[in-house]
Amino acid sequence: MELKRRKKDYMGNISLGLIRATFIFLVVILFLLLGKIFVEGIGVISPEFLLDSPKNNMTEGGIGPAIFGTIAVTFLMILFAVPLGVCSAIYLNEYATDSFFTRIIRTSINNLAGVPSIVFGLFGLGFFILFIGKGLDDVLQTGLLFGQPALLWASATLAVLVLPIVIVSTLEALNSVPKSHREASYGLGATKWQTIRSVVLPQARPGILTGTILAISRGAGETAPILFLGAAFFLPNLPIADFCIGDYCIPMINPTEQFMYLAYHIFIMATQSANPTKTMPLQYGATLVLIVLTFLLNITAIIFRYRFRKILGKL
Amino acid sequence: MKETKIVVKDLNLYYGEKQALKNITLDIPAKRVTAFIGPSGCGKSTFIRVLNRMNDLIDHVKIDGEVFIDGVNIYDRSLDIVNLRKNVGMVFQKSNLFPKSVFENIVYGPKINGIRDKKTLDEIVERTLNQAAIWDEVKDRLNDNALSLSGGQQQRLCIARALAVEPEIILMDEPASALDPISTAKIEELIHDLKKEYTIVIVTHNMQQAARVSDQTAFFYLGELIEFDRTTTIFTKPSKKQTEDYITGRFG
Repeated sequence: MELKRRKKDYMGNISLGLIRATFIFLVVILFLLLGKIFVEGIGVISPEFLLDSPKNNMTEGGIGPAIFGTIAVTFLMILFAVPLGVCSAIYLNEYATDSFFTRIIRTSINNLAGVPSIVFGLFGLGFFILFIGKGLDDVLQTGLLFGQPALLWASATLAVLVLPIVIVSTLEALNSVPKSHREASYGLGATKWQTIRSVVLPQARPGILTGTILAISRGAGETAPILFLGAAFFLPNLPIADFCIGDYCIPMINPTEQFMYLAYHIFIMATQSANPTKTMPLQYGATLVLIVLTFLLNITAIIFRYRFRKILGKL
Repeated sequence: MKETKIVVKDLNLYYGEKQALKNITLDIPAKRVTAFIGPSGCGKSTFIRVLNRMNDLIDHVKIDGEVFIDGVNIYDRSLDIVNLRKNVGMVFQKSNLFPKSVFENIVYGPKINGIRDKKTLDEIVERTLNQAAIWDEVKDRLNDNALSLSGGQQQRLCIARALAVEPEIILMDEPASALDPISTAKIEELIHDLKKEYTIVIVTHNMQQAARVSDQTAFFYLGELIEFDRTTTIFTKPSKKQTEDYITGRFG
């Protein structure tokens, strides 16, 4: 027997080198980007910056109303998107048979995820404000209340935008519930709905939560869809109104008001500033806040998903 | 022979175009263990699922023929399938406990049937775990996750869970195929005890198991019922050549 010397695999080594270089390049870019924002932005972060309103044509003050607006809009968005998305996913996964009709629905959901976000903005303006809002005003005789850009319609539009995220992650979660658990439930004399409620949904909950959080972080970062839907340049007051039952009043988000939005605020500061040198640091600060906010939400989603997989991994 | 519990007449089952069961006719006696044996893909698992209409969950399954339980045709359109499945419990090949506590697994069935009283539920848990001969092993772990138990314990817990809805018939689809010999022996002992009160139908790959636990045995091959007789007859002097070939290990 004649054993040969090992040959050098030049092509393999070159390819591996190239792949590594690309990878390092990506990581470096990411760190440069985040590092720059962090270094420039961290200086302006203070309790006042997070709570105060912008002052002096946005050259001073904070981003409080923009943070509030972002939270208010995404909160309402979740109220619309999650029940609708979860119900659609339950229908598609548990009830719908594989027919031409359901295939159209599935394709539509996937296509919805690919629509440019500015198109959602125009859709929101046309459908929610001019059609539904104006219609409501006519029917309820409220004058010009609903038929104008407002927090409500921005949330509804963002809800449509994030709907595919919620549906797809819920579908995945429902799908990952083992068939054997459903059979066990049916075998014990459970109805379909009892099985879904007591066996399928509890196990799918972490997956649904993951989808919700991903939807929030997507919605919070969007600018284009809310351009025409009530995102304001500057508002002296928060979109809050007292909600009263008898004499007892609590302040609530007023969905018919306009609002400030972090992502939009950054865009405004970058493009419309009268004094760019003075706005620049505030802009970095706002960007840092937005990135940290979405990052935290994503981390939460990842932790949930990890715990979910660990539970399933035991089976 | 004792009274008859299940009567199957001219049953045919199709998965789409493919016929999986051909003209099955047999009577299953009450409070006895009836075993189905046969090589993989012979239709024995499909057939056991006919008896509690579990095949309804699969698309494109077509069934014709009649199945009577206590004289009632279970494929009658007006039959309440949910009620049928309460009376015909099932234990599956692989333990399919819910990722919940031992206690919650047992009370799942009673709870969906509307039993809420804590004391009644406690009693059901103790009774069924005793029936399944696992009470001593898990009585201090009722609140532990059921999936932390051993494979054999999980399978006996599945049996206890099936008993909790008080069925009259228990279907077992290869209940011991994934277990070690000691756990298997425990399950077999359990089957022996349960047949005093329940009608048991068991699918098994293991011919020694069929010989040990069952009173009658049905041999299936390629979707047909080849032979159905007392277990001792099947294993000592089968009347069909195919049966003899299978039990002597010439194919399968």
